[in-house]
Amino acid sequence: MELVRISTAGSVDDGKSTLIGRLLFDNNALTKEQEELIDQKTREKGADDLELSVITDGLVAEREQGITIDVAHIYFSTDTHKFIIADSPGHVEYTRNMVTGASTAETSIILIDSRKGLLEQSFRHFYISHLLRMEKVIFCVNKMDLVDYDEDRFIEIAVQIKEMVSKIGDDIDFDIVPISSLKGDNVVHKSGQMSWYGGKTLNELLHLNKSKINLNKAKYEQSFRFDVQQVYHTHREGFQDFRGFAGRVKSGTLSVGDKIITLPSKKESTVKEIRRFTDQLNTANAGDSVIISLTDEIDISRGSLIAKLNEQPEELKEFDATLVWMDDNSARVGSKLILKAGATESLLKIQKINYSVDTSNLEKDENASTIELNDIVSTNLKLSKPVYLDNYEDNKRNGVFILIDPQTNSTVAVGFKS
Amino acid sequence: MENRHLYELENESIYILREVAAQFKKPVLLFSGGKDSIVMARLAQKAFYPSKIPFSFMHIDTGHNFPETIEFRDKLMKELGVDLIVRYVQDSINENKVQEETGKYASRNALQTVTLLDAIEEFSFDVCLGGARRDEEKSRAKERIFSVRDDFGQWDYKKQRPEPFQELNGKIQFGENVRAFPISNWTEEDIWTYILQEGLELPSVYFAHKRKLVKRDGALIAHSDYLNIVDTDEIVEGLVRFRTVGDMTCTAAFLSEADTVKKVLHENMASKHSERGARIDDKRSESALEDRKKGGYF
Ligand SMILES: Nc1nc2c(ncn2[C@@H]2O[C@H](COP(=O)(O)OP(=O)(O)O)[C@@H](O)[C@H]2O)c(=O)[nH]1
Repeated sequence: MELVRISTAGSVDDGKSTLIGRLLFDNNALTKEQEELIDQKTREKGADDLELSVITDGLVAEREQGITIDVAHIYFSTDTHKFIIADSPGHVEYTRNMVTGASTAETSIILIDSRKGLLEQSFRHFYISHLLRMEKVIFCVNKMDLVDYDEDRFIEIAVQIKEMVSKIGDDIDFDIVPISSLKGDNVVHKSGQMSWYGGKTLNELLHLNKSKINLNKAKYEQSFRFDVQQVYHTHREGFQDFRGFAGRVKSGTLSVGDKIITLPSKKESTVKEIRRFTDQLNTANAGDSVIISLTDEIDISRGSLIAKLNEQPEELKEFDATLVWMDDNSARVGSKLILKAGATESLLKIQKINYSVDTSNLEKDENASTIELNDIVSTNLKLSKPVYLDNYEDNKRNGVFILIDPQTNSTVAVGFKS
Repeated sequence: MENRHLYELENESIYILREVAAQFKKPVLLFSGGKDSIVMARLAQKAFYPSKIPFSFMHIDTGHNFPETIEFRDKLMKELGVDLIVRYVQDSINENKVQEETGKYASRNALQTVTLLDAIEEFSFDVCLGGARRDEEKSRAKERIFSVRDDFGQWDYKKQRPEPFQELNGKIQFGENVRAFPISNWTEEDIWTYILQEGLELPSVYFAHKRKLVKRDGALIAHSDYLNIVDTDEIVEGLVRFRTVGDMTCTAAFLSEADTVKKVLHENMASKHSERGARIDDKRSESALEDRKKGGYF
């Protein structure tokens, strides 16, 4: 089975909960209890159509407020794929959750109400999908039943979408699907009402997932990056004087015999063994949690980075990065924070705010002096000790970091090196 | 690879376990003897091999466990070579820290919280590894991988840290501690498929066996000395298995002939009954689990 991670976003009432419910229902992926719940709520409401949105209801507080307010994870599988949906709300104040939800996904689904067309929210959703360099974006034009399944209306919205994409960045793979979540058109089953649409259903697009194949290829072709989480030292039987470096391959591949360099110590060596539990591997690939041992005794500790020789990232003590601010406490030029990227940590100062972006009209404010919750800003950062990041565009896994407020210990921002 | 998704989930869980070992001073793995904690034990073994698992396991024993689970627990701990700490809800009751519930639905599930928090304080654990999965219950669907608790074990969802790109921030202040959930993204089906793939052993109550049972409100509960039996209860015998092995007094049995992991997996997939349905305790109110979590249990 292939694992597919999806993130969904939409403004309140665009029909996101109904869409997820529909996707599970028509894929026959609901438990009996969930189906009973839908049945019960449908009867309570006396509705003609199924009350599919109850599946994604969450915390009690949320139910009372009638809106989703955090990232919820929904799991389902079909015969060939296992899906994890990170569902984040579309409220203005929750850019934070959307970034979090999308950060572990490859595909993002953006919902648009066919009656309303593109809203500020749609721009924000796409802006974030683009900022995160999602492998694929699927625009679902929902509630087509309410515009009489009209092809012209769909085309109008599709044109708006394409304009938006070319403005924000067209270096991203996207599809546009006309659907009705409520009635089930083009979600899993092909619509009988929209014969004018010759494209794939949402479900087909999710299952195709060619993006995943591209993603993996891209990951393997990238430079090798490995963050040392822990050093294992043991003398147990069969492992006399064993010294191994445990961590997860961020990108690229590494094979036994490869020449490597460790950072920041800049020592060179050769890969002796790659282990994963009792297996000895020839090669480790992006995503693998493994243990690497080297032919030389060199000084490596948590936070060291292993790269292939002559492919190492630049040493950075100062760089530009886009930050998405996630905390109620604001920041300004001069704010001191902790940068954490995997096992690496360094003290950091915000040296300059280059500009902040209004995602609804893409305007840049070059006079921004503070960074507030949900702001997206370009900054210049200065570090107390060097880090080894790549540009996010070139290497997602080694181009991203979080910022921690040393006073509160909160995670206050996510950053993308530019 | 047929189980490509399990391989990816395993990579993720190993990463989380290593972060826990690296970021905290004194971790402990909460071990219940159930299938999720058995999978956790396996993942820990894989994460740290060839080193030893660098933390203890702890069982909060309600005193109402299936004897089969306890027997299995002790055997597995020996095999893994880890230290097991056991703390008893009975002791908390004896010390008058908690009151035993009475009546037909009396259960010790809720009482565990106090025993757990006391043990955390006794040993100064700064992180507890738990086997909760997000697919189990709606409120758990929101849980972070690192979930920060205050001095009183309280969980405040407004204060939970975002975890973009699975960057895990385990920085805490004195008195705070963290619950870490390495198998957040696994589903019940993943767990069973993994047990099959890895050839893991489970306590026998997970498989079909003949048993004396109490029929109550249409559900079957294991007959035991701990259950307050009332007039309307009917005592029967049947071939059953359990889908979770919590407190004996509040875990429902299923009529089943599935006596191997493979058969259980097939039966589960075919029946598609949400697993939580087997814990009578959670049916008390729609928000039972969430209320309990606010009080420090997870
Ligand atoms: N007519 C129609 N109504 C829909 C459709 N999808 C959702 N809705 C309705 O729109 C409202 C909001 O849907 P919901 O899924 O709760 O939206 P969310 O806030 O985005 O999760 C509900 O009354 C749904 O029944 C659709 O395709 N067609």
